[in-house]
Amino acid sequence: MTLAALDRETLGYGRAAVLPGLSFALAPGERVVLLGRSGVGKTTLLNAMHDRLARDHRTALVPQDHALVPQLSVLKNVLMGRLDDHGALYNLTNLLHVRRADRAGVVDVLTPLGLAELADRPVRALSGGQKQRVALGRAWWRGGAVLIGDEPVSAVDETHAEALLGQMRDRFPTALLALHDVALARSFATRLVGLRRGGILFDAPATEVSDGDIAALYAH
Amino acid sequence: MATSRLSTPTEARRSARREGWTRPRVVTLFLALALLALPFADFGLAGHDPGAALSRMLAGFLRPDFGAVEQIGRAIWLTVAFAVAGVAAGASSGLVLAPFYHLRAVRWLCIALRSVHELFWALMLMQILGISPLTGVLAIALPYAGIFAKVFSEQLDEADPRPAEVLPRGTDALSRFLYARAPLALTAMKHYTLYRLECGMRASAVLGFVGLPTLGFQLDSFFRMGDYGAASAIMICYVVLIASVRQWMRPVLAPLWLLASAVTLALVKSPPMGSGALMRFLTEDIVPAPLRDGWDFTGLLHWLVPLVTDEMLPGLLATFVVAQIALALTGALAFAGFGLIVPRVTPRWGRALGHLGLVILRSFPEYMLAYLFLQVFGPSMLPAVLALALHNGAIIAHLLGREGETLLPTLRRDAPRGLTLWGWELAPRLSGPFLALCLYRWEIILRETAVMGLLGIATLGFYIDSAMAELRLDRAVVLLIATGLVTAGIDALSRALRRRTGAGLSGQTRVEGC
Repeated sequence: MTLAALDRETLGYGRAAVLPGLSFALAPGERVVLLGRSGVGKTTLLNAMHDRLARDHRTALVPQDHALVPQLSVLKNVLMGRLDDHGALYNLTNLLHVRRADRAGVVDVLTPLGLAELADRPVRALSGGQKQRVALGRAWWRGGAVLIGDEPVSAVDETHAEALLGQMRDRFPTALLALHDVALARSFATRLVGLRRGGILFDAPATEVSDGDIAALYAH
Repeated sequence: MATSRLSTPTEARRSARREGWTRPRVVTLFLALALLALPFADFGLAGHDPGAALSRMLAGFLRPDFGAVEQIGRAIWLTVAFAVAGVAAGASSGLVLAPFYHLRAVRWLCIALRSVHELFWALMLMQILGISPLTGVLAIALPYAGIFAKVFSEQLDEADPRPAEVLPRGTDALSRFLYARAPLALTAMKHYTLYRLECGMRASAVLGFVGLPTLGFQLDSFFRMGDYGAASAIMICYVVLIASVRQWMRPVLAPLWLLASAVTLALVKSPPMGSGALMRFLTEDIVPAPLRDGWDFTGLLHWLVPLVTDEMLPGLLATFVVAQIALALTGALAFAGFGLIVPRVTPRWGRALGHLGLVILRSFPEYMLAYLFLQVFGPSMLPAVLALALHNGAIIAHLLGREGETLLPTLRRDAPRGLTLWGWELAPRLSGPFLALCLYRWEIILRETAVMGLLGIATLGFYIDSAMAELRLDRAVVLLIATGLVTAGIDALSRALRRRTGAGLSGQTRVEGC
């Protein structure tokens, strides 16, 4: 059984296609991590899978550039994860004054992320690591069957990264991430996918991928 | 492949030359147009002795008389109230229209709204509402709504699109706009609205010249009484008020100012209008006279042809003559004058004087300057050309000077100083922005030239005003539409020329200058 699949599809635009004739599937309960050098097409694959998944499943997204609204508070940026659950009137009044229940719910999400104190701070006043945690908070608040994350813990140190990925594991049954930290990827993933030069070099359970396989991925 | 051929500057220049639109050529073309217009211009002094008038006025101006404090205070406060209410109404309507600006119907509505000058709006609205506060507020709000819609939509387009892209699908359009679009453009919008308030203050003051109780009205009555001291006092207050807008108009205080303005305007007494004025205006007054009793083609032709040949064409010719001469003079003044406010070109005391002169010339709208010069030189095209060139030249000089100041740190350490720096480093580097600003002001100069007809100079506004005075509103509307079309045409031409010559501007500079 799969949640979503790509079957021999060409990703990217026209002649600039990065991933020609690619097949890829995601099954429920999997935690898949994409590995590979930058520019190899991880983001392209994540975006394609997100579009495919979002048709039928509730999907949370953590994009690489966070895509936060710097002028709005942490609280309101996190609220954006659920705008589609409510009508325009509800969202408009929430923008003017956040309902008590929503605030309490968001604070519950922010506390383990270490952001509860900063709930009313505008996002532009935050550090890079804090912004990234806000983007994670938005995905936590959204919840759903799958999380798609493009380098979701790149701006925090290693110990924090592990804790954040732990929270992610508890909140989402299925996840598809791109990570550059191999050790982190090994500890989180049930399945590792290596991308190199326009295709998949390896796609196997995390325990079966050797250090040699990974070295080949990054070799010149 | 065409793009790669344009990749080196020399190639690009050569290609532009092939198309015939190099910057020197465009400048030469405009200078030639101005020279061509000169023989048609009427610069006669009409028996006036400017020396005597000038010395009388100067004597009064050097002794400002704040004695008439009650009248001055009332005129100034009403000027502020009309500006605040008009700009607020214009900005909110513009904000509502902005997300729909890509729809052709909305875009054309906005172009039509802003192609008619505030004073013309006021004259038309008076036919329906009389000299009431609403006339003044709408005269500012209607054209400003068109301008705000355009600028706000550009600012929204320039904002970061990513937050809106990651919102969950199924988020409704309004929430999407309010959470992920509007907050990103809010700072730019606030900045522009504040800037527009300065423009609104000028517009509001000028509305006094057609009878609304603002500064222009009070200035006119002081002049009629020959009370130059009081006129001087009210003008000093006005310049101080405009120069300090950023000090007294704070975002937190905006609701307070708006409330105070609304209350003030609600308390202004105005003569009542008969009921049904709007219906009569729409179904009778503006319908061409020969068509009021049914369709009559020959009658329409006999009505339209003399209107075109005796009023529209002479009015257009005069408008172009004044505008082109004024534009050339504007460019010359700005180019020669921008160095006045740049450090390392002008010493500190000179810069202070330069700033003061430019602030004064920028504060007074063209129309008001023309009114002043008219008192000195008598009725001819001279006051109009001088007023347009001084005001617009001061704006361009100010913007170029500021741009030049930001260039200074990027120059080599052993760069020259004074006039050499101006001529060898700054002028060549600023030739692009200079041309862009002049082309940008071209449309504004034409708009203002048309409206100066209300002062008795034979441009389009003169014929519009006469038609209104004779209550022949149908003719006035035809002339107004012609004026609007010419303005919109010049705007399009100016944009095309700016693109062809590659004379671009940064966003900030682009929008500044009423």
